[in-house]
Amino acid sequence: MVEERMNTDKMWITMGPQHPFSHGLWTLRVHADGEIITDAEPEIGYLHRGWEKECENRTYAKIIPMADRLCYSASMTWSHVFCKVAEEALDIEVPERAQYLRVIADEICRIQSHLMWLAAVGTDLGNLTVFLWALREREFFLDLNIRLCGQRLTTNYPRIGGVRNDMPYYFERDCMRCVERFETVGLPEIMKLATDSSPFVGRMQGIKYLTAKDVANWGVTGPAMRGCGVDYDVRRDDPYDAYGEIDFEVPVLNKNNPKGGDAYDRFLVRLEEMYQSCEIIRQAFQKLQSIPKEAPSRVKVPRCIPAGTHMAKIEDPRGESIMYLVSDGTEKPWRLKVRSPIFVNVSSSKHMVDGVRIADVPAIMAMIDMCLGETDR
Amino acid sequence: MTEEMIQAPSYEDVNKLISEKFGEKVVFRTSTKKNVKAINEKRRIFLSTDRDTILELCTYIHDVLNFEQATSVCAVDYIDRVQIVYHLTNYFTGIVIEITVDLPADDLHIPSVALIWEGANWHERETYELFGVIFDGHPKLERLLTPQSYEFFPFRKSYKLRGSE
Repeated sequence: MVEERMNTDKMWITMGPQHPFSHGLWTLRVHADGEIITDAEPEIGYLHRGWEKECENRTYAKIIPMADRLCYSASMTWSHVFCKVAEEALDIEVPERAQYLRVIADEICRIQSHLMWLAAVGTDLGNLTVFLWALREREFFLDLNIRLCGQRLTTNYPRIGGVRNDMPYYFERDCMRCVERFETVGLPEIMKLATDSSPFVGRMQGIKYLTAKDVANWGVTGPAMRGCGVDYDVRRDDPYDAYGEIDFEVPVLNKNNPKGGDAYDRFLVRLEEMYQSCEIIRQAFQKLQSIPKEAPSRVKVPRCIPAGTHMAKIEDPRGESIMYLVSDGTEKPWRLKVRSPIFVNVSSSKHMVDGVRIADVPAIMAMIDMCLGETDR
Repeated sequence: MTEEMIQAPSYEDVNKLISEKFGEKVVFRTSTKKNVKAINEKRRIFLSTDRDTILELCTYIHDVLNFEQATSVCAVDYIDRVQIVYHLTNYFTGIVIEITVDLPADDLHIPSVALIWEGANWHERETYELFGVIFDGHPKLERLLTPQSYEFFPFRKSYKLRGSE
């Protein structure tokens, strides 16, 4: 009877570019059969500004603040990866003190980025207290950024050949106070709030299992991949800077589970990662004590980079970020390619939402942690 | 697939197997960098090949050597030629293979690897729209970041930026 009166054709629904779940300007067009999604097509490019081409017109030093703007909540790692590729091109080793300072800055960045993500997940899935509490905790880490670099978000801290400045007086004390408070009070509190709330957890549990094989083939990286059982982290398996000296665990869920991980696993893995980041910061400060304070935190580098091709990769809070640099011996790059983790992760959203209900789309897409600045470039 | 898959091939294995299988069709490049950690610890392999071999090479690297992820595919415009650069990663060993393929500037066609690695799909689409390289056999080669109405390829060197000399 219903079919006679109603048009039950399958239809395309456009979610975005202004949609509460999209976190930036992008569109997910879903093909829905009733409430079940049968096909999807992500559309990006609203924010494309030719970042890579712009860089061909700038000197190397001028690219560092631009790299910050690729993603506002992971600015430290983006400028880090650019400095890394330039250092590789110059074939220089960064002073040890700078290596540890970069590790500390990167991990502060990772924690605040994950907290921003957690706040966004809270609003997406209807747990507004998580949103407020996560942003409250994030503010402490942004204050640390201000002390270290003078900026909350776009930090402009790494330099080719080191870091801009050594840490200020009492930074270690303040940082450890903040980290310890976060580890013992802040994070357990948020975790309890998030994981004990059955309506919140129910939105994620059992939603779209992804197997490790698929996820690897789609090119998904970062926490989304580790939640599904792929045991790979650039910090451990391809160490850069001082990460090789630091002993930490990489949280991986469902490692040998043929079923893979659901949205809830991809959620938990990020919370675990924040604990590990605290551990890394603690160890980095301990190692830093054995290096004299007068030791340099930066080496002077020439303005021009010798001709060649170079590649550097880093574990971003969202996945694996790569820069591929082609230099021609002048002070400007010939070509700079940015491999953004979200660009690849969002390309697989077509498979991620296949067969789920429309109401589950925010829960799945939230686990990618969208950031459009680096996706569109 | 006739050959057994090796889950975590070592640096020496990868070098040996590829040179045995492909012989002169694949050229190994060496890096002169002394201070780069990843090169010293043998986690980077640099190869060059031509477009007739690339699909066979990539299939071999994926199926036998277990490089599960196509990390990035990009193009570089050298004016007289366009170079396509692939980065492929093995999750068990952390080894990254870099493959370069030169294309003549007047004939920008190369077989697509998007059917081997789904992750290469958007990288190839992006390279197509920014450089005009046509990936033969790609499931959906359409513009992604720029408007569909664009008829030029903005990342080519012939496209000048304002303010550049």
